[in-house]
Amino acid sequence: MRCGKPIPDTMLGRSIITILAVALNALMMLQLHAERIGQSVDIHPLDQLRRFVALEDPALRFALAGGLILGLLCGLMGSFLVVRKLSLVGDTISHAVLPGVAAGFLWNMEKDPVAILIGATTAGLLGMVLVTQLTRRTRLKEDTAMGMVLAGFFGIGICMMGMIQRLPTGSKSGIDKFLFGQAASLGWGDIQLMSVVGLLVLILILTFYKELLTTSFDPQFSGSIQIPVHTIEHGFMLLLAFAIVISLEAVGVVLVSAMLIIPAATAYLLCDRMHWMLFWACLIGMIAGAGGAFFSFLGQKLPTGPFMVLSASGLFALALAFAPRQGLVSRWWARHARSSRIRRENALKSIFHVLEKEHFAREGVTLIDLAHSRSQTLHETEKTCRELTRAGLASIAHEEKAVYLTPEGMRRAQTIVRNHRLWERYLTDAANYRPDHVHDDAEEIEHVLGEATVRMLERQLNFVDRDPHGKPIPSIQDISGQPKNRNPDGMTGYHTPS
Amino acid sequence: MDPTSTKTVPLEIHDLTVAYHNKPVLYGIDAVIPEGKLVGIIGPNGAGKSTLIKAIMGLVPIEAGWVKLFGSDRKSKLKRVAYVPQRESVDWDFPVNVLDVVLMGRYGKLGLIRRPSKEDRAIAWSCLEKVNLTPYADRQISNLSGGQQQRVFLARALAQESDLYLMDEPFAGVDAATEASIIELLHTLRAEGKTIMVVHHDLPTARNYFDMLMLLNMRLVGLGPTSEMFTYEKLQKTYGGRLTILSEVADAVRQTHS
Repeated sequence: MRCGKPIPDTMLGRSIITILAVALNALMMLQLHAERIGQSVDIHPLDQLRRFVALEDPALRFALAGGLILGLLCGLMGSFLVVRKLSLVGDTISHAVLPGVAAGFLWNMEKDPVAILIGATTAGLLGMVLVTQLTRRTRLKEDTAMGMVLAGFFGIGICMMGMIQRLPTGSKSGIDKFLFGQAASLGWGDIQLMSVVGLLVLILILTFYKELLTTSFDPQFSGSIQIPVHTIEHGFMLLLAFAIVISLEAVGVVLVSAMLIIPAATAYLLCDRMHWMLFWACLIGMIAGAGGAFFSFLGQKLPTGPFMVLSASGLFALALAFAPRQGLVSRWWARHARSSRIRRENALKSIFHVLEKEHFAREGVTLIDLAHSRSQTLHETEKTCRELTRAGLASIAHEEKAVYLTPEGMRRAQTIVRNHRLWERYLTDAANYRPDHVHDDAEEIEHVLGEATVRMLERQLNFVDRDPHGKPIPSIQDISGQPKNRNPDGMTGYHTPS
Repeated sequence: MDPTSTKTVPLEIHDLTVAYHNKPVLYGIDAVIPEGKLVGIIGPNGAGKSTLIKAIMGLVPIEAGWVKLFGSDRKSKLKRVAYVPQRESVDWDFPVNVLDVVLMGRYGKLGLIRRPSKEDRAIAWSCLEKVNLTPYADRQISNLSGGQQQRVFLARALAQESDLYLMDEPFAGVDAATEASIIELLHTLRAEGKTIMVVHHDLPTARNYFDMLMLLNMRLVGLGPTSEMFTYEKLQKTYGGRLTILSEVADAVRQTHS
């Protein structure tokens, strides 16, 4: 993703529109659902906001804690999933656990967190074993095997849940919350379990960070230095199953994989080192988790999962746009800055050429002369000159309709002309180009040559002072304003190099 | 081919057979590699060159035979062996920087759980110096050229401070300057008494680079000093009837004798 094709700008626009549309829908849903079960008094969203911030409601406190733990866990596990290219594994496990959730419920006909944890983890791991066996023993590839297991297990789970709903106690079971998540239905027992598993995962990842990092990056090398690659891998899968299972009630079977992947993918765009990626993924996961709990609470028991994913996607869109190097906006800005710099430099060069044609006999250039030499309309030329003025490189004398370079403008113009002519000379002398083949190439190169390269070229070309067309190449003395000799005409403009 | 009795033999392979999915890749390989030699492993595609190295490292299961390192059981001496995988085997977009990767060379010595110390960092840094990559220490590894990436892998192997180096195509896809600097590095290692085995693809350069050649084509065709191995008959036997390669062989042999 990092060095891949640049994402077209239209995609940014489209994704922003999509997100706005979804957010608008969510707001409308808030309006529709602004009604509490059992009491039909309208609650103002602001009032809800106050209640959220005050954390009066114990259910709300649990929901928030659940969202935070979930975000932390998913960020940690998701980062390793993304860098190991196992993003689909998260999806497979999360869908495969559903029959286990139902079986855990059927065990003693109530929502017992521990029974559900055991049932779901077993089902998830069973799903993964099935994927491995299908891949190893048949000619099916891994993605096909995962697709089949994911859909098959999910289907079985949905059937079992349908059966539970029809049982006399089923409709009050809250088992349906496992599909899309309901952080508000988390109890103290759930939070305890989440904290224990969360702490376990955190400690294990910190303890075995070195091994996880190495096996993720280069499993062959890890094997060669006797890191138990398979044990680490299996342990990681077990932790992943745990993390998914304890996140289920808050975010739901369908969307838990999004909470694994989106915060980690966002972090992947933002940083270049694994420990920072873990940090950012956790932070983004926690913000999304808390955000999901908050929006769900504002909306009166709306499913939490979609709101968490919405928050995470929003953060991803922000990162996609504004990440310091990979971001679309930052890249657009860099491109824009570069093209306006090239435009300014070309204008400076044109002014220099006009001055040079008149042997620097005049101090300024009339706009008409300039427009003529650039084959532009007077209007366009004036616009470019105003741009130069704004950048402090030139000033326009309106009564004479002329443009004067400032000292800085002159220095920049000379630098560009020097780059251009040195490069032309280099192509003819060192690369055996014919003089009539070098101009276009130099037009591009002049804007990107660094000072170090220019000095090197100069040295290599033995400080030549003429380009292949016989025009003088401004030297560093000219540019830094140390006159070698005075212009015989006594003019104060640029002096002709000897 | 007798190993000198006073020195320990870094690597001894006896009747080694390796199979993938019941398809044999290497048959009954016998080899004794003496200390302080730079050995080229030469053979056509699919000859099992990489597999041989992986089998020595225990990365692929061995069907039959055994491998001894430094005169004793393989497992107990693996810490004295450094392995350089092929450059393409990893994802270079991975979020680590150059120094992170070199530091991984220390992890084998550290064992589980323990964190790298200041000393480990200093060693990693000095290994980066040996491959002239210190200016790139903070770079994310995708911002490197192919030759630089290969040198990162070499620096990681150096950080292992091993006595036997097994390298899988360290010259693949690197520029001429990098190739020369890698060869120089290998010569320095050899001068320190290290033993180095290199999987190599390019026949003409093989003649100049290595003290010994191991000719491999699923079976061991020959193992010995380069001058004895680099003959038309031996290379023809290794490469079989592949005409294009045969003409390359003929050219290379002609150059030797001219």
